[in-house]
Amino acid sequence: MAIARVVIVGAGHGGFQVAASLRQNGFDGAVVLIGDEPHLPYQRPPLSKDYLDGKIGFDLLQMRPESFFADQRIELVSGSAVTAIDRAGKSVALDDGSRVAYDHLVLATGARNRVPPLPGIELDGVCYLRNLAETEALKERLAACRSAVVIGAGFIGLEFAAIARGKGVPVHIVELVDRVMARVVCPETSAYFGREHQRTGVEFSFGARVERIGGAGGKVEHVVLGDGRTLPADLVLISIGVLPNEGLAAAVGLAVENGIVVNEQLLTADPNISAIGDCASFPSRHSLRNPVRLEAVQNAADHARCVASRLVGKPHVYEALPWFWSEQGALRLQIAGLTTGFQQVVLRGDYDAGEYSAFCYAGDKLLGIESINKPADHAFARRLLAAGRGVSPAEAADPDFDLRAAAMARS
Amino acid sequence: MPQVTYVSHTGTSTTLDVPLGTSVMQAATLHGLDGIVAECGGSCMCATCHVYVQEDQLAKCPEMELGEDAMLDGTASPRRPNSRLSCQLVMTPEMAGLVVTMPETQT
Repeated sequence: MAIARVVIVGAGHGGFQVAASLRQNGFDGAVVLIGDEPHLPYQRPPLSKDYLDGKIGFDLLQMRPESFFADQRIELVSGSAVTAIDRAGKSVALDDGSRVAYDHLVLATGARNRVPPLPGIELDGVCYLRNLAETEALKERLAACRSAVVIGAGFIGLEFAAIARGKGVPVHIVELVDRVMARVVCPETSAYFGREHQRTGVEFSFGARVERIGGAGGKVEHVVLGDGRTLPADLVLISIGVLPNEGLAAAVGLAVENGIVVNEQLLTADPNISAIGDCASFPSRHSLRNPVRLEAVQNAADHARCVASRLVGKPHVYEALPWFWSEQGALRLQIAGLTTGFQQVVLRGDYDAGEYSAFCYAGDKLLGIESINKPADHAFARRLLAAGRGVSPAEAADPDFDLRAAAMARS
Repeated sequence: MPQVTYVSHTGTSTTLDVPLGTSVMQAATLHGLDGIVAECGGSCMCATCHVYVQEDQLAKCPEMELGEDAMLDGTASPRRPNSRLSCQLVMTPEMAGLVVTMPETQT
């Protein structure tokens, strides 16, 4: 039976893209896009960058103007949370008690902040940076901030730190492990970024555990570390990662394992339900370890295109190359591929000057390339890795090896 | 207000007002134009806002920086001598009347 009605839960990058791509692919049925935030679908990456910095307004965050949704016959249901799925009846329940029927359901529910069970976590001044409302609150707080403590030295914590330092705010980052971005980059790149942030005045406590957040009158005043040190703070940013929103799927018996389990076409065990983006755990030919769950705009949007294509009768296996980026002050980090499980790193370029790429290998297999202020390498890396071809460690280490020629010739 | 004409790869033209200081990419996405993806939101990180600028207007555009030049080597559709990333084409008075053609695919 042809699919006449697609319902998408989650109006972030992935959900929005499913709707847009269905129409681009000529899908003529009903498209319902349900989001729990009150705004038009917007882009998240600038939240921790230009938007927090005050350089752009909401108009430039919007994916598309309001008229787009009417023109494209995309029924946008904003400010509504889906509370349950009825698989047998093929419908979802909304928090206002209404029901929305589907022929095919796409779960693009994203992820939510990990909230540490710390005493004082409820204090005024404890902030997060994932959605627009959180960013607005953080921005307002930052404008009057005298001293900020960041818990977690990942992308978000470091991007925030760069902006806060740019405004002259003292920043102290507390990190459980011994280096920045430990989950996503090699130790060499961690060292470079750690050093550069220190150069701009960011203070770090590595291998440090937060004991509690303290305050008075309901407002945060300091953070107490496990070693007894007290760091003054009128703003505490919690940036220790996210958890996938898999509850809706789990509640109806769909497999979840660090995300909603899907096959290589991003379909769950229910042929009428797909899952994409940050909430989906999927097999990737680019990963040493499977399944994987990725938190990235590229992943969400490419997942969306894959599902939209399947829903109009052109199914294919998802195999887009993952890539990521982060902007931290003047530092530009671009990553192509998935480097988890690497055993060897070859640096190419001028590491000390901060214009280099780190080629990450497992044996002789090139897993991914981190490019720091080296966009050309990133462009070539994407071509090489997408084509499934490598560059040997010896080639990567050879300054005379022509990476451009290799990328262009082999793609 | 200056205008920019966007031509789809199938030849359909759309002319938009583009305020000074706004990029050719921003104007396109704000108006919901298909053909410019701009996955990274305009940070010169993704090469999915690729356009071909009408040859005789290339000199009116801002000079290409190294980052853009590099990312143009990673576009999904072929790079040509008149290829630019539209997130880097920030509108100036000289650019009024610009015509850009969007490639067949951005991803």
